[in-house]
Amino acid sequence: MAREEIRKTYKLFIGGAFPRSESGRSYRVTDSSGAFVANAAQASRKDVRDAVVAARAAFPGWSAAAAYNRGQVLYRVAEMMEGRREQFVAEVARSEGLTRRQAFAAVDAAVDRWVWYAGWSDKIAHVDGAANPVAGPFFNFSVPEPTGVVAVVAPQASSLLGLVSVAAPAVVTGCTVVVLASERRPLPAVTLAEVVATSDVPPGVVNLLTGAVPELAPWLASHADVNGIDLTGVDDPSLAADLEAAAAQTITRVRRRDPEEDLGAVPGLGRMRAWLEVKTVWHPVGT
Amino acid sequence: MSSPVFDYAPAPESRAVVDIAPSYGLFIGGAMRDPVDGGGFLSISPSTEEVLTEVAEAGPADVDAAVIAARTAYAKTWSKMPGRERGKYLFRLARLIQERARELAVLETLDNGKPIRETRDVDVPLAAAHFFYHAGWADKLAFAGLGANPRPHGVAGQVIPWNFPLLMLAWKVAPALATGNTVVLKPAETTPLTALAFAELCQQADLPAGVVNIVTGAGETGRLLVEHPDVDKVAFTGSTEVGRLIARAVAGTPKKATLELGGKAANIVFDDAPIDQAVEGIVRGVFFNQGHVCCAGTRLLVQESVVEEVIASLKRRLGTLRLGDPMDKNTDIGAINSAIQLERIQTMSDIGEAEGATRWSPACTLPERGYWFPPTVFTNVAQTHRIAREEIFGPVLSVLTFRTPDEALAKANNTPFGLSAGVWTEKGSRILWMAQRLRAGVVWANTFNHFDPASPFGGYKESGYGREGGRHGLSAYLVPDETVGGGA
Repeated sequence: MAREEIRKTYKLFIGGAFPRSESGRSYRVTDSSGAFVANAAQASRKDVRDAVVAARAAFPGWSAAAAYNRGQVLYRVAEMMEGRREQFVAEVARSEGLTRRQAFAAVDAAVDRWVWYAGWSDKIAHVDGAANPVAGPFFNFSVPEPTGVVAVVAPQASSLLGLVSVAAPAVVTGCTVVVLASERRPLPAVTLAEVVATSDVPPGVVNLLTGAVPELAPWLASHADVNGIDLTGVDDPSLAADLEAAAAQTITRVRRRDPEEDLGAVPGLGRMRAWLEVKTVWHPVGT
Repeated sequence: MSSPVFDYAPAPESRAVVDIAPSYGLFIGGAMRDPVDGGGFLSISPSTEEVLTEVAEAGPADVDAAVIAARTAYAKTWSKMPGRERGKYLFRLARLIQERARELAVLETLDNGKPIRETRDVDVPLAAAHFFYHAGWADKLAFAGLGANPRPHGVAGQVIPWNFPLLMLAWKVAPALATGNTVVLKPAETTPLTALAFAELCQQADLPAGVVNIVTGAGETGRLLVEHPDVDKVAFTGSTEVGRLIARAVAGTPKKATLELGGKAANIVFDDAPIDQAVEGIVRGVFFNQGHVCCAGTRLLVQESVVEEVIASLKRRLGTLRLGDPMDKNTDIGAINSAIQLERIQTMSDIGEAEGATRWSPACTLPERGYWFPPTVFTNVAQTHRIAREEIFGPVLSVLTFRTPDEALAKANNTPFGLSAGVWTEKGSRILWMAQRLRAGVVWANTFNHFDPASPFGGYKESGYGREGGRHGLSAYLVPDETVGGGA
């Protein structure tokens, strides 16, 4: 007799644990042809707040970790993904309606994207820092520092490569993130959360929610303990404008959606710089 | 003030070097024009309440004309000019500021109320330095770390505050022009005169018409400028309250914004700090420019073991400060910029007392006319007191204490702001430990309130976003070229 498969329960990822939504809700996820695949947890406002609390709690440790250490952790994520390529390929193909070959390309690019950003951890300060020649007897230097907790609305179409392309550049510099996965294609993101959970990423550094963008994103945008919000995955311009206006209340940094952006291309520094502050330190020179 | 050891003879700077016209128009398209809407307001010298001049209030048609002039200049002249040539205009402006430094300093002191010593030694030289620094960038933008071909935004709408009028103009205009943007600038309504003098410098420099436009007015003029649909880039320095409005106004538009907002900086004194130097730094940190400084060190955190010594020394030092005629070269503390600001400082100080803090000021005679507030120190301040949480923007210091570095850090970071911080200790490793952990854009260690065009300035958290000065400041006025060259 053929063996029946063990199906996975797709849950949220908050503070290193995999809870269901506190609301008890879930929603139907279908494949690209509309067939039922699974029920995903439908996160609530309370889940958003729990995720922000977890991200804030993780920030001091993660941002103070050595850049070398953060780089190795990100590389470890790539290692763990590599071992689960087949699973990702199947999920991405089913979610996005890709051929196996196309899905392999997307998954490989996502793994390589972690590696690319892993290498930046101990180089971004070279490139984005400065020794400043001020006109006076002072030693003066500027260093990039992570802005804090970043809320990321992940791209809707590119369920895995898109998500990695927006989350990794925040995490590599020491920010912690609350990621809102692609609403209709959330399953590869949940599997990625399982990879993150087994890759030495400290709990709370990456938090992942699945659910409705129009319901959840406003709570992220207006949350006073969120320092930045990435609107890449907000396809509705009027919602994006409302979110940006809500973010204004606490001077939250906003990265707008750029419809021209090719998330498959080699990234520049922009996505890291979006979540970096510049700190300048002065000290007198004297005997 | 309390009798100093020696009395000083008056040493007033001559105001003969300035020639203030009875009224001023708007600087649009290279010429001074009367406002279409015909409105105007008076500019008053805050130290005497003397009416200095009448200034035009730009209305919708005026702001529109200024933006059109800036757009035209951008499209026809400025965006096509090689950086090498653009830079020459900035060099000229730097030299013109230097040449007319005394006049600008006197004008600023009359209009703002700050001591001539500060305008002469800080505001004006730094304004010239900003133009000189940025002039050199104009033909080197490909080396600024923003890709091979970074592009200007277009028309920049800039709104600046009254605390450093000409210097804030320089912080805004110099990088905008160096990067190839054109400008519509709105100076603060209480301090428009040096901006109007700068308009004349632009004419003397033969700056192409419309590259810099100056529209005077109050909050409504600023709103019209920020919300104008043909402005590509908004730059604002001012209160966090207005910063929120601006961030909301640009939401859903293609406009880019940089905001330099309020602060409530901690100035932290450890028990091994050289007390006399630290006291000088505390005074510089909060009484410089009458405390009208967004990065002022208004929360003094002193290690418990030295608090009595520090407070005694601070009070002794404050007793020697000279408050009075800002035109006098011996004056340390000038006038509060406006009646409204004075009222806010008085209100916040009364709240400080009402909430239970202990108020102290040196014996001090305030001039009869003008807007004045004595240097004020509050002790027995708790973190929950409003004077320890809200920006006062006046010469008011709140003193808190701590026992350990961890406690100092927790208290310093316990604020929605994050503009600046100060640390005083002889221990190098502790300076760096603190500097790493303070959530602020500028950390002054064993010094305070120094500024330089090469040094990026700007805040974390609700103190705003974007930087001004240095290589980092350029990115506020450029669209980076994210094209990755080679086989990346």
